[in-house]
Amino acid sequence: MKALKIFEEAYEKEVIEKNFTRREALTKGLGLGLKTALAAVPLGLLDALGNKAQAAPSNPDIIKILNYALTLEYLEDTFYKTGLSTSGLIAAGDMKIFMQISKHETAHVALLQTTITALGGTPVAEPTFDFTAGGMFPDVFTNYQRFMGLSAAFEDLGVRAYKGQAVNLVGAKDVLSVALRVHSVEARHASEVRRLRSSKGWINFAEADGLPGFIYDGEENVVQLGIDVTTITTVNRGAVTQAFDEPLSMPPVLQIAGPFIK
Amino acid sequence: MKEQKLHDYLQEGLYKPIRRKRFLRFTALAGGSFMLGLSACRKEGQPGSGNFDVGSADIGILNFAYALEQIEAAFYTKVNASYYKNAPLSEKQVLFDIMHHEVAHRDLFKKALGSNAIGDLQFDFSMVDFTSRDSVLNTSKALEDTGVAAYNGAGPFLQSADYLKIAGKIVSVEARHAAAIRDLLNPRSADFAGDDIVDPTTGLDFGRTPNSTAGGQSIVAIANSFLLTKISASQLP
Repeated sequence: MKALKIFEEAYEKEVIEKNFTRREALTKGLGLGLKTALAAVPLGLLDALGNKAQAAPSNPDIIKILNYALTLEYLEDTFYKTGLSTSGLIAAGDMKIFMQISKHETAHVALLQTTITALGGTPVAEPTFDFTAGGMFPDVFTNYQRFMGLSAAFEDLGVRAYKGQAVNLVGAKDVLSVALRVHSVEARHASEVRRLRSSKGWINFAEADGLPGFIYDGEENVVQLGIDVTTITTVNRGAVTQAFDEPLSMPPVLQIAGPFIK
Repeated sequence: MKEQKLHDYLQEGLYKPIRRKRFLRFTALAGGSFMLGLSACRKEGQPGSGNFDVGSADIGILNFAYALEQIEAAFYTKVNASYYKNAPLSEKQVLFDIMHHEVAHRDLFKKALGSNAIGDLQFDFSMVDFTSRDSVLNTSKALEDTGVAAYNGAGPFLQSADYLKIAGKIVSVEARHAAAIRDLLNPRSADFAGDDIVDPTTGLDFGRTPNSTAGGQSIVAIANSFLLTKISASQLP
């Protein structure tokens, strides 16, 4: 519950004011209500974090962002540790892959904790996770396909989450460097697990490949730097969507991650 | 049959039109500019007439990225024009997709940089044996890992949130490429994010500024090893 405290502020400031409660966000996170719920959030709001980042961020803002990242890393770290310690879940031939990913997530947790402390902040405590998401995925640790699916979802979500915060760290070189260098590792993980699931390593349009669709909402975007890329290249639209990964700001990431946090 | 289809598509549907259409569009954009017309007509492999400094600050970083994307796009265009021996469809598809992504990156930078853009680079891929899987995939791996390190290293120096945003959107795709190529070279191993590229203690990928020689050749030097038209980044770290 402590970890969620850090999110409440963001929600209160950015979401609740818009008649969209945190409770709703969390309970609807993986339900059918999410699209409707998200629709209630004005479009500009989802991008608000991305547009205001001109001045260098303050230390409290940086710590808030790092604690948010830490919570997502806790989630991944615990997910893989649980998977790896569940005998018979992961195919023997894939063990090296998940051990490598797990090693990185554990390292990310330690790195973020150290960084937060070095900045004078207090790392949030690890929350209790429910990877069945309130019973939605009861077989997460008995069905390898489900486990891989959630792994791909968490990795792709992690990529979007770090990307969404990078712009809020402009001017804070050292922290931004750490965030970017974690971000690309999450992308390597995502590519590998997607390929294990027989998907492409990259995201085509907003295709979810059997995962909850809203994780990929917006990935179909083709406008970059104000330019419709399809009009300036011979590359087809699908490949243009693959070529650019899209960020996600805190509120939608938390709506998606919420059901996994008790 | 499927494989033949893909091959045909590459030859007829993609490779040639890219070159032809790009040329037409390019010359149309260039209008009366003799210089631009000339560089568009210049044949690949012919020595470049000059070198480019990428410039300073954000524009310098974007131009540096543009140079790297030009190299990648040219490399994969050559790879896809004639695959290495016995390339399976699964590998062709990966290389085919990556080519598209790099071309899209290159074209976006060119357009976004406008008159600030460095010119078209001339390439030197003489060290690559395009008939050899090993040579092609290892070159690809080096280019992708270098690209990731370059974006990670230069990103923190960007002042503009918009530019950082686009760098972030691209670098994760480069990282996806790197992992896929590494997986082709050593399937189902830890290499997709191996200890050689991701620090096992911190879980951090490489991040290198253009001229940094920490950990070997600078990224500028690596880029120049693929270029006849040399680049420099004298006003960047």
